[in-house]
Amino acid sequence: MTTTEYERNVVLSSTEYDVVGTRPIRPDGADKVTGRAIYGADFKAAGLLHGKILRSPHAHANIKSIDTSKADALPGVIAVVTNKDIPNNDPPDTAMDQDVNDWRKNVLAADKALYKGHAIAAVAAISPHDAEEALSLIEVEYEVLGSVMTVQEAMASDAPILDEKLRTDEGGKKGNSLTNVAERFKKELLEENIRDIEEVFSQSDIVIEREFDTSTVHQGYIEPTNSSAFWSSDGRIHIWCSTQGSFNVRDEVSKVLNIPESLVKVTPTEIGGGFGGKIPSYIDPVCALLSKKSGRHVKIVMTRQEVFEATGPTPGSNIKVKVGSDKNGNIKAAQAYLAYEAGAFKGGVVGAGSQCVFAAYEIPNQLIDGYDVVVNKPKTQAYRAPGATNAAFAMESVVSEIAEKLGIDPLDMRLINASKEGTRRADGPTFPRIGCEEVLQTMKDHPHYNAPIDGPNRGRGIAIGYWFNVGFESSCTITVNPDGTISLMEGSTDIGGSRASISMQAAEVLGINAEDVRPTVGDTDSVGFTGVTGGSRVTYATGWAACLAAEEVKDKMIARAALIWDVPTESVEMVKGTLRSKTDSELIVTFKELAAELNDTGGPIIGSGALDAGGAGAGGGSFAGNIVDVEVDPETGKVSILRFTVVQDAGKAIHPSYVEGQMQGGSVQGIGWALNEEYYMNDAGNMTNASLLDYRMPTSLDLPMIDTAIVEVPSQGHPYGVRGVGEANIVPPPAAISHAIQNATGVWINKLPMNPVAVSNATRKTRE
Amino acid sequence: MASKTHVQTTINGESIDFLCEPRQSLLECLRDVIGLTGSKEGCNDGNCGACTVVFDGKIVTSCLVLGVEAEGKEITTIEGIASGSELHPVQQAFLENAALQCGICTPGFIVATKALLEHNPDPTEHQIRFWLANNLCRCTGYDKIVRAVQDAARRMQEA
Repeated sequence: MTTTEYERNVVLSSTEYDVVGTRPIRPDGADKVTGRAIYGADFKAAGLLHGKILRSPHAHANIKSIDTSKADALPGVIAVVTNKDIPNNDPPDTAMDQDVNDWRKNVLAADKALYKGHAIAAVAAISPHDAEEALSLIEVEYEVLGSVMTVQEAMASDAPILDEKLRTDEGGKKGNSLTNVAERFKKELLEENIRDIEEVFSQSDIVIEREFDTSTVHQGYIEPTNSSAFWSSDGRIHIWCSTQGSFNVRDEVSKVLNIPESLVKVTPTEIGGGFGGKIPSYIDPVCALLSKKSGRHVKIVMTRQEVFEATGPTPGSNIKVKVGSDKNGNIKAAQAYLAYEAGAFKGGVVGAGSQCVFAAYEIPNQLIDGYDVVVNKPKTQAYRAPGATNAAFAMESVVSEIAEKLGIDPLDMRLINASKEGTRRADGPTFPRIGCEEVLQTMKDHPHYNAPIDGPNRGRGIAIGYWFNVGFESSCTITVNPDGTISLMEGSTDIGGSRASISMQAAEVLGINAEDVRPTVGDTDSVGFTGVTGGSRVTYATGWAACLAAEEVKDKMIARAALIWDVPTESVEMVKGTLRSKTDSELIVTFKELAAELNDTGGPIIGSGALDAGGAGAGGGSFAGNIVDVEVDPETGKVSILRFTVVQDAGKAIHPSYVEGQMQGGSVQGIGWALNEEYYMNDAGNMTNASLLDYRMPTSLDLPMIDTAIVEVPSQGHPYGVRGVGEANIVPPPAAISHAIQNATGVWINKLPMNPVAVSNATRKTRE
Repeated sequence: MASKTHVQTTINGESIDFLCEPRQSLLECLRDVIGLTGSKEGCNDGNCGACTVVFDGKIVTSCLVLGVEAEGKEITTIEGIASGSELHPVQQAFLENAALQCGICTPGFIVATKALLEHNPDPTEHQIRFWLANNLCRCTGYDKIVRAVQDAARRMQEA
């Protein structure tokens, strides 16, 4: 590696290990560069039928009737289902049942279509083309209703109502009027002598309050959502799909179809991206119903248009942030109003946004007011640090504006107020050891920040972002093979190289090479419960489970050596893959040599690990920061990214190449969100850009190299100090790019995306 | 159901006969009729590049070619890039540079990259980005892909 490359991708390492921190080739790599890896849509079975889904053309409509008789009669069509085919589909009572009821209504609409693209009926036929033809023969009578597309429209007093039974939940208390606001919450943190945050604002030297709007955006994974199912005559359902959580699919299918979890087996295929969008189950229960009716395997693969119109985007939002500071840049009070789209059903990500909005700052007085608002768009879902990017765009812009007005360097402004171990957040938690200051200091010391930026219409911006990360449940088992390798079974579907990062942790514990681990992602019958590949949790929690399993193997290998040598177990140790007596230097055997003897000396050795690695905030979460240089075309408003640096705290980077990959990929998704991406809705509530041509995600030509600096502030708890790195990196780009545009043009833009039209309109206004 | 047409073509150097409906795309024929599922469908309208194949010397998105158009043509798919069990330098470079995360776009990128380097053995960063702009990747941010292409160019020049 040349010096230049090293500087562009630097690892500021805290502790060195033998395997952890190296860059081996991933175990599933050869299959993925040769086309052999099997993804969801590649599923095949004898007699396989192809399913297609009829979707609502209206954003909001009562469904008066559905007549499928002509479709049923079409040659080649084997089965047709609607919401009425869901077994025991009774109205629920408990809150959990309410969620299940929403899932059922989302997978196949009941009495109402709540967004354009809402599933109405499904057909299974001998070819996808026959199934598609059959869709056009289904007759649906709609009564079209007025629709709401943004939180502002949905919260207006005369807004069309999506669900007449919905009442605003405020801390468990229900309101008593018709509304589209599903939940409202307040989170407050005040100094002891302060009654009202307004007192603090009134005493501040500077107060800035701004309002922000962000567009609905999609995760944009390249592999469309898919599922294949077989409902056997013995009552068992087998599902093959690409999902972020095979157990999540199992449990949702079980609840939607009202059958026990153990009758559903989910075999996860390779998965072509997810970013949060492949957590929920959309078509799995529909495939199962079609299979039950036909007695055959049924596969559904969504079209790209269906992916845009019927799977979770992440919410657009309306945000107000107010910050008060003294003249030295000490932030005294901060207030946020967060209204996020939930989509067609309640339960969006505004709560997560509220946990992140002020997380980078130690602020003595905070008030957060949050709204979860239903609108006529698909149910919104997680997208890489869900809710945090929207919030950071607002908060970071205000902090940078204050720094500018006070004449303080924007990184100094953040260092003055940086959160640290012991800092309390308005939503409750007190931070354990975190790397906020280290990330900021690394940005300040970075050659990029200290390089001159010359030329007209050019500017530099910075921002920091936070994601709290989650722990949750993971399971892993390890078997020792006679050739000295280990087979490792785990339950986390591998979206970005996690087989490698999990294997490496087990290898480190056992003192063997990363290449001597044979990892498999198990199905739900073969491995213990494992939560979703999400929340930046896989390398952290499943890696931790692998460490536990490896420790058990290590203990058993030590006991076996002691048994063979007829010495006390305590007198044997295993160091760097060699077992030896602490007292007798003659007694020594390698892991590999002993592995070959296991079956003749007492039988096979396996180890298992399973844990709940904690909830939200496990390990303290991760901070990421950006330094970005842009050039703004004064004529067209087009923003070009000239140079981009991302700094992130990885705790300990297990496989630095894949950590950098997460940082670079998240950054580029953030760049797309900042500059181009949006759900462009017409007056009828139809998305008019539901293709990869018109929903313009960044291409290679839009971008420079994405430089990285990995900071390592070990997390507490995890054996190697890992912090998940999957998400925080998407958080700062929109704010950093907005700051850079302001630095180049003098104009703050408070709306995403900052596309050429928005930028030229904003800058023209100032010029006039 | 529409009646089927007999198509005779060459795929990865092998003579292949298949039957397809006139409405079936080459991508659908490769995947569902012939069983070569390495080419991926990401959009089915030519915008993501995951189904890129070489079609009589030119790279095309196979979702925009009809199966019947394969008659008499020579086609190379991702399954035809390696020589037996030996990876092509482009494949090796993608592996060693961690240029894939989920891997769904990787077949298209590798087919397109091999064509680029045969056309231009020593491309600049800009030429690489321009050539690959029809292949979308949502995971990597393209940085490691560009590095892998540069590395593959070095390997192929040294070979």
